[in-house]
Amino acid sequence: MTKTILTVDDSRTMRDMLRMSLVEAGYRVVQAEDGVHGLEVLQVETPDVIVTDINMPRLDGFGFIEAVRKDATWRTTPVLVLTTEVDPEKKGRAKAAGATGWIVKPFDPVKLVDAIRRVAA
Amino acid sequence: MNEVMTSGSGARELIAFRVGVQEFCVDIMAVREIRGWTAATVLPQSPGYICGVINLRGAVLPIVDFAVRLGLPRSEPTARHVIIVVQIDRQMVGLLVDAVSDILTMNDNAIQPTPDVASDVVKSFVRGLMPVDGRMISLISLDHVLPAVEREAA
Amino acid sequence: MDPMAEIRETFFQECEEQLGELETGLMRMESGQTDSETVNAVFRAVHSIKGGAGAFGLEDLVHFAHVFETVLDLIRAGRLEPSPEAMRVMLRASDALADLVRAARDGSTTDPVRIASIVSELRQLTGEPDAGDAEDDDFADIAFAAVPVTIETEAALPPGWIVRFKPLADLYAKANEAGLLLRELGRLGPMRVTVDAESLPDLAALDPEGAYLTWTIVLDADCTEDMIRAVFEFVEDDCEIQIERNLPADVAVAASSSAVAADAGQPSDDEILALLRNAAASVEAPAVIEPEIVVAPPPPPPAVSPPPEPEPASASAEAPAARNDAAQGVGATIRVDLDRVDRLIDLVGELVINEAMLSQRVFEAGLARASAVMTALDELEQLTREIQDSVMAIRAQPVRSVFQRMPRLVREVATMTGKQVRLLTDGETTEVDKTVIERIVDPLTHMIRNAIDHGLESTEARLAAGKPAEGLVKLTALHRSGRIVIEVEDDGAGINRERVRAKAVEKGLVSPDAPLTDEEIDNLIFMPGFSTASEISDISGRGVGMDVVRRSVQALGGRISIASRPGKGSTFTLSLPLTLAVLDGMVVSVDGHTLIVPLSAIVETLQPRSEQVHTLGVDVRVLAMRGGYIPLVDVGAALGYRAMPAEPEKSVALLVEGEGGVRAVLVVDGIQGQRQVVIKSLEANYRAVPGIAAATVMGDGRVALILDVDAIVSVTRSDNLRVDASRVEPILMSAS
Repeated sequence: MTKTILTVDDSRTMRDMLRMSLVEAGYRVVQAEDGVHGLEVLQVETPDVIVTDINMPRLDGFGFIEAVRKDATWRTTPVLVLTTEVDPEKKGRAKAAGATGWIVKPFDPVKLVDAIRRVAA
Repeated sequence: MNEVMTSGSGARELIAFRVGVQEFCVDIMAVREIRGWTAATVLPQSPGYICGVINLRGAVLPIVDFAVRLGLPRSEPTARHVIIVVQIDRQMVGLLVDAVSDILTMNDNAIQPTPDVASDVVKSFVRGLMPVDGRMISLISLDHVLPAVEREAA
Repeated sequence: MDPMAEIRETFFQECEEQLGELETGLMRMESGQTDSETVNAVFRAVHSIKGGAGAFGLEDLVHFAHVFETVLDLIRAGRLEPSPEAMRVMLRASDALADLVRAARDGSTTDPVRIASIVSELRQLTGEPDAGDAEDDDFADIAFAAVPVTIETEAALPPGWIVRFKPLADLYAKANEAGLLLRELGRLGPMRVTVDAESLPDLAALDPEGAYLTWTIVLDADCTEDMIRAVFEFVEDDCEIQIERNLPADVAVAASSSAVAADAGQPSDDEILALLRNAAASVEAPAVIEPEIVVAPPPPPPAVSPPPEPEPASASAEAPAARNDAAQGVGATIRVDLDRVDRLIDLVGELVINEAMLSQRVFEAGLARASAVMTALDELEQLTREIQDSVMAIRAQPVRSVFQRMPRLVREVATMTGKQVRLLTDGETTEVDKTVIERIVDPLTHMIRNAIDHGLESTEARLAAGKPAEGLVKLTALHRSGRIVIEVEDDGAGINRERVRAKAVEKGLVSPDAPLTDEEIDNLIFMPGFSTASEISDISGRGVGMDVVRRSVQALGGRISIASRPGKGSTFTLSLPLTLAVLDGMVVSVDGHTLIVPLSAIVETLQPRSEQVHTLGVDVRVLAMRGGYIPLVDVGAALGYRAMPAEPEKSVALLVEGEGGVRAVLVVDGIQGQRQVVIKSLEANYRAVPGIAAATVMGDGRVALILDVDAIVSVTRSDNLRVDASRVEPILMSAS
């Protein structure tokens, strides 16, 4: 069955790139523009993997992941953090919040799809 | 004017029309449509050869009385008159003429130069002359039907 | 367009938006608003530009954005004070970032010296020495580059690896799964997996979210230890892992054939997954967990995991679109090609005209007013109007995008003039048609330049006048009676009326003895050829005066006026239609012609009595009204429809107000009614016509002209203010 990926990113450019890369790899893609929007989308969608940015308005990636993990429906859904942040502190915070893994921007489509495959059942 | 249809050695299709007793022609590629006369709305502060403007499917189209443009007397337009809608650069203009007389295929080498005797007005937009079955047809260069300076002012 | 090019375009569009946000945020910070929301927004703007730039390999941009971002990150963390000095550097950095973005977009270059000097100033803020390209490490951290997708065959295998892997409970809490990691490991080469379930407790004692299993994997892969570690990258803190070289004896076993490996009991991916789900990670069904599942070897699988699941694009195309829409329906927006919107607007315009034509035909056919046809037509008309309004709203945008460009302009002009200027903006969310927005940039730019260059005094003069050294320029947008009003206000010296008047006389624009009110003098600065600067400066200049501003504003159907208070400052007021597509007009007849007078210009309609009309000199007539005299303009004569003016007392008069508040009474033959008309350009296929603002198509399908009230009103003023007819050929009116 086609897997659904939810991407959460406030940048239109990034959303477009994610959509293009993921659709090309055969995924179905749903998108949200920030953490709050992401949680709204989760009311109506059941993604297999979530890919989220960290720096976003309204609700950032850390807060979004925490909220996702608190919800029993999503506690076992893999969440990949997509960010240019590489310093260990940010990675650590993302992991502490419950991130499954991370993708360092700028990503290329192969890396992205690779990472998703690694965490997607 | 956009592309000019050329097939073989400079052959082109032309639409010939009549104004009074004279015949003229324009390249068919410039002609967008031919329609009957409808009353035009007079524009203030306009040259005499501008009859006014009409509604062409929502666009405002200026109408040039071709006879007046040539310096001939104005003829009161009737339902028998014809408007040839032509495209000049990005603008559309209607030419008010007496009737469409012919569709011709001509080679460029059939076009004779306009003799020096012609008036400056005529020479500015008659590109050449063509003999057809004993008639003389003037090939019009549309770029000069409206004086360039006016279109710049637009 | 290929998708990447399209995304690239999006990226640059988005950059412009981010640059605007950046500018706004920095201005806010400069004014003391350093709350975390503002600082975060500023950080995000730069961060987002950097992210996109990285994706397109725009190294210069990435590099600069990174340095900039580092400063912002320190401020965000409270480790750097946004001092006035720091703010100045950041504002300059934001200008430089904008230049870099545009250079990247247009493939042009920026001044490397300037960029380098700003980079070094930014670095000084961070206290970090000019560290060369150390930050490039940022993008050298390629997390997954080491994961190869090649599949090893059993030919002459070099020594392999033994991996012992014991997940901790945290691993599962972050939605990682041991099975997936094993599957990933299997991509490196053939492997044998054994599981040690010894520490699995009794069912009663089992923590459903605990981790009890240890896996031993014999991996026959010619890979480096790093490649194996990369597989466990996400979970390195959440598991115990040992990686060691396999012994030669084991290699022989593994290398003999995949069948041997299978006999040894290698479970398939799915089996592993099933096992693990049941054994450890499942919350819902802990009861299923039974040790024998772990012990019983599943049937032989292929040695190498199959390609990943994602199905071909055709399958994803079948994904239920409705579901997708539902998800995106939350505050969703779509981007639409402007051409499509414009086409829609054109079509709706046509619909309005056709609807009007239909109504007229029905009316002419003599159908009774209350007939079902008329009722249906009324409904159609209602609907048509609603469609029109909705379509117009698509094009409406906040003026923010224009306002955001102004702070930079102000800084530049302030620097060039050596003046201190503070810009205040208000009403950025005011919406107006996109075309209007695009076309007010230039006039507004000029007005702001003018306000700083000519409006504000020099610092010394300000101090001498007892004003603060810093001059104030205020930019405001608001909606007022169906139009958008934009004001540019300065607290400078105001118009020097004496000088303006002297200049106008000197230039022969007005006669020395002309009786002019203060307001009329102020408005002289809009006259062609007038420029208050003694020399045309580079700033307000390029030889462009306020007359050009006025003309471009008028071309938009707008008006501009000035109110000046000596010593206190000036306010330029720009009033523009919300859309360029429709206009509310009064339909009048003049000498058999139908004309539209914009309703916005009409103060009132009146019926002049003969005793109110007075003649001044040869051909000037005025109307006595409420204790004053207002010039009368015969529209038919002004447009050249007739040689002799009509008798006002047998006509209808419209009191109109042009820009600058100049009033006149227009004499027409009759009023047909009021209606909204779709504005059609005369310039598209012809040219501008003096006295005529535009055209429209009436219900009968004929073109009617829309009067340019300002031009007509100016006929009443001095000769030099007359309709600019110099561009026009000698008038030769055709008979109608």
